[in-house]
Amino acid sequence: MTDHIITPVIENRPVAFTQAEIGWTPWLEPLAEEDLTEAHLAGLVEAARAKSPYFRLLVRDPAVLEARTKTDKDIFYNTRTGLPRAERELAATAASRSNGCIFCASVHSRFAAHHSKRGDDVQTLLDEGVEADLGERWNAIVAASVALTATPPSFSEEHIARLSAAGLDELEISDVIHGAAFFNWANRLMLSLGEPTPPTQ
Amino acid sequence: MTTSTPDIIDLLAGIKPGSSLDRIRTQRPETREQAQKSYLALFEPATTGDVSLVERQAIASFVAGLHRQPDIFEFYASPLEESEANRWLAEVLKAEIGVAQAAGPYGHYPSGPLSVENTEGPIYRVSSTSREALGEKLSAGLEHAHLLVFHLRDASPKALQALLDAGWTTNGIVTLSQLVSFVAFQIRVIAGLGLLAASARRVAA
Repeated sequence: MTDHIITPVIENRPVAFTQAEIGWTPWLEPLAEEDLTEAHLAGLVEAARAKSPYFRLLVRDPAVLEARTKTDKDIFYNTRTGLPRAERELAATAASRSNGCIFCASVHSRFAAHHSKRGDDVQTLLDEGVEADLGERWNAIVAASVALTATPPSFSEEHIARLSAAGLDELEISDVIHGAAFFNWANRLMLSLGEPTPPTQ
Repeated sequence: MTTSTPDIIDLLAGIKPGSSLDRIRTQRPETREQAQKSYLALFEPATTGDVSLVERQAIASFVAGLHRQPDIFEFYASPLEESEANRWLAEVLKAEIGVAQAAGPYGHYPSGPLSVENTEGPIYRVSSTSREALGEKLSAGLEHAHLLVFHLRDASPKALQALLDAGWTTNGIVTLSQLVSFVAFQIRVIAGLGLLAASARRVAA
């Protein structure tokens, strides 16, 4: 039972950015569902996540996973005030496109398309990359997210001024910052602990 | 003990109680609380498991240094600098940060239509003198942190094998990956909110 890597053999692996429902497979052994303790279940936050190999791998450090999951949910789902969900997902998609996370970009581009009803513009971002012209408001959000994603970050006062000129208030700008920043957390996990698999069926 | 830890993002972004950014963060209480809990779970854990506190502080300092954030580097490195036993480590980290600088994200896509977007950048290895001082495990941890910070799309099972070979466990690799990725998030929130706070102060002035 020594620790080991998994090298999956994948036919037709995803090699382009897509809004399709692709999968993900880990490079390290997730915990087995039957071995999950109360502490692990608390770390998963939602019982349904025990089905996911990604979360059963991350739950090896349950305290971090629990806090990470709750941070994620609040940044994206707490939409009573602030930036609409679609544009938080746009920030997530832009960060993922810039970092090169095909899996993360697939999930969050679908959310961005669904909530904005602008599936074609979202696809243009995936196809053409972060320089694509999506109209000024979206361009400003994408540019800010990409600048924040650079290492070291190149996010500047000009990005804030541009977001502000596009009609975003301080809370909404803060939501862009959090959406892009969070995907600099998620992209690193998804890209380094496993890889995407093709859609089932 | 943990109740005495100040909110790290407020502290490092210079967000003062009652300021406009404080009011904005107050509208996202769960984000604020859970970002802090993530920090506590990584840097004040109930049990350190397979990654020691010194390893955690060293890797976080390195990540902050690679992002060229001197205040955040100081924040993570100060427990090392203030300890007689670990001061040398902070010095080694500064030297390694100096030679490990790059501009990301770069790296390779799986072969296909995205190959035209591949960009090259440095692949960092700890210098041989530092490696002797740091040991195999921490050296491998820093090399992996560099990969995750700058060229995450080059990640591979082989990179994880290198960590296992250097003495990391699967549980330890999960904690290491969360730590580097969390600090990458935290740095961006601090940088972003710090600038937003500064521009709000200028508008108010």
